[in-house]
Amino acid sequence: MQAADVRVTENIKIAKDTYKMTMEWEKSSTMRPGQFVNVQVDGFMLRRPISISLVPDRRHFVIVYKIVGEGTAKLSQVKAGDIINIFGPLGSSYPIHDDTDSILLIGGGVGVPPLLELARVYKKIRMKTYVVLGFNDGESVFYEEEFKKLGCEVYVATMDGSYGVKGTVMDAIEAADIDSTFVYCCGPVPMLKAVEAKYTKGYMSFESRMACGMGACMACVAKDKKEENMYHRICKEGPVFPIGKVDY
Amino acid sequence: MDLRVKLPGLDLKNPIIPASGCFGFGREFAELYDLSKLGGIAIKSATPERRFGNPTPRVAETPSGMLNAIGLQNPGVDEIIEKELPWLAGFDTEIIANVAGATEDDYVTVIEKLNDSPVIKAYELNISCPNVKHGGIGLGTKPELAAKVTAMAKKAAKKPVYVKLSPNVTDIVEIAKAVEEAGADGLVLINTLMGMRIDLATGKPIIANVTGGLSGPAIKPVAVRMVYQTAQAVNIPIIGVGGITCAEDVLEFLYAGASAVEVGMYNFVDPYCCVKIIDELPKVLEKYGFSSVGEAVGKSFR
Repeated sequence: MQAADVRVTENIKIAKDTYKMTMEWEKSSTMRPGQFVNVQVDGFMLRRPISISLVPDRRHFVIVYKIVGEGTAKLSQVKAGDIINIFGPLGSSYPIHDDTDSILLIGGGVGVPPLLELARVYKKIRMKTYVVLGFNDGESVFYEEEFKKLGCEVYVATMDGSYGVKGTVMDAIEAADIDSTFVYCCGPVPMLKAVEAKYTKGYMSFESRMACGMGACMACVAKDKKEENMYHRICKEGPVFPIGKVDY
Repeated sequence: MDLRVKLPGLDLKNPIIPASGCFGFGREFAELYDLSKLGGIAIKSATPERRFGNPTPRVAETPSGMLNAIGLQNPGVDEIIEKELPWLAGFDTEIIANVAGATEDDYVTVIEKLNDSPVIKAYELNISCPNVKHGGIGLGTKPELAAKVTAMAKKAAKKPVYVKLSPNVTDIVEIAKAVEEAGADGLVLINTLMGMRIDLATGKPIIANVTGGLSGPAIKPVAVRMVYQTAQAVNIPIIGVGGITCAEDVLEFLYAGASAVEVGMYNFVDPYCCVKIIDELPKVLEKYGFSSVGEAVGKSFR
C-alpha cells in the first residue's frame, strides 16, 4: 500500500447515479480482486473507500461508485486528465479456489464492481462462473455485458421488475435454478443476510464508514460471529471475509 | 537546525508525535515509513482489560474535521506489554503510553503494570473518558477530580506523568492548574471537542454513540487558544495537539506555548504527514528566523 497521485483517464456515468473512473498507475498490477483504494476528494477531509473493480492492464485500474453524498458528487465532476490522490491497495482480497466445479458471484448495486475483477481472474483458469446481479431498477443496471464478455453466465434481478427477474438476487438464483454452491458476494446488508442463510461456502465483502483505511483507527470494526472477544477490522482483515465469519 | 526537544522523560529528536488513537501501535504506519523518524509515538489508550469499544458507525466526516466515538477499543494492558511493546522497542523513538480507565483505580492498575517496561518513557493520562464512579462524567471536567486522578497516577508512576486535558470545560486554565498542583510533569492539550452529526435522510445521529469527539483542522484555533492561555498560567511543559496538518501549524502551536506537538486525524488524510512535517519544519523555522524549536516556544506572549 502507498499513497500516490494518479492521472484519471476516464470518469463516465454508466448507470443512474453510478460512475466508472479509470486511473493510470504503474502499480496497478499489485491490486487483487476485493481490495479497495481510499480516494481523496478535493475539499473533503476523509478519504472515500472504494473497491477496485477491474485491472484491465498493468498500468490502469477502474473503480465504480455511486453518488450517495457530497463527496461522491464532487468525485463525479473529476475530468479525464485530472490528478487525484489514492491510497492503496488496501485490505484483503477474494481467495481464488481452483478445486471447485463452478462459482457463483452475487452482487447488489455498488457491491457489483469488485466481482468483475474476480471474474476476470477466474476466467484465466477457465472456471465456470455464474453471475447474479441485483439492482433497484432497470436504470441502475450496469456491468451485465462486461461479465458476459468474460464468458460468465449472467442473470439480473431488479426490485421493481423493470429489467430481468422481478425481485431479489435470491429470486433470480431460484428462477435460473443455479446449483453452484461456492459463492462470492458483495452488496447491501439484507442481501448478505439472505445469501448467508442459503450458502455456507465462499466469501463476502463488506463496506463500512472508515477513517484511516489501514487498520490503525479502529473505526470500522465488526465482531466475530463465534468468538466473543474477537473483532475484525473491515479495512485490514477485511473487506473480504469467509461467509459466516463476522457479525454485521 | 536544532529540532531536539527535551521534556520530562522524553528526549525527542524532533517535536512531532503521532497522537494516541490515530496511530494504533504503529504497525500499519511502519509499512509506510521508518517510525524512528518520529520524535515520539503516543500509543493507543491502554485499559486494564481488553475493550471492544462502541458500536459502529464510529466516525463521521465534518467540515474540516471528523467526529469519532471509538470507545477506547484496545487489547488491554497485558497484551500491549506482551505483544506491542517488544515490537516498538525496535524503533529509536520515544514511546508515550496513553492511559485510560473507567475508574481512578484503573489508571493506577495500568500504570503499575507498565512501570517496568523500559519501552515506555512517559504516561499520558486520558481523563476525558466517562467515569463510572462519577456518574459517567469525564474526570477532566472537574478540577478536583482531575487533580485526584493525577495525584493517584503520580504516586503509582515510576515515569513522568502528562495529563491530556479535555477542552469540554468552562475554564481550561483552572483544570490545568489543579493538575499541575497535583504533581503532573506536563500537559497535553487538547483532546477532542464533543460534537454531533445527524443524517438528513434518517433524522438520526450518524454516530451510533450519538455524540463523538471532533478533531481535525476545525478545532485548531480552539487548541491554539487553550495552549496560549494555559502556557502563561502553568510552569510545566505543554504538548499541543489539535488539527495540525503542516509545519506552519506546528510553529503556531510553538508560538502559543507548546514545546512539542501531537498530530492526530491528519494521519488519516495523508498517512505520510508526520514525516512530511518533520522534513518541512527546519525550512519553516528558518524562514521565521529561528535556529531551534525551543526559540519559538511561547513567542506569542513573550
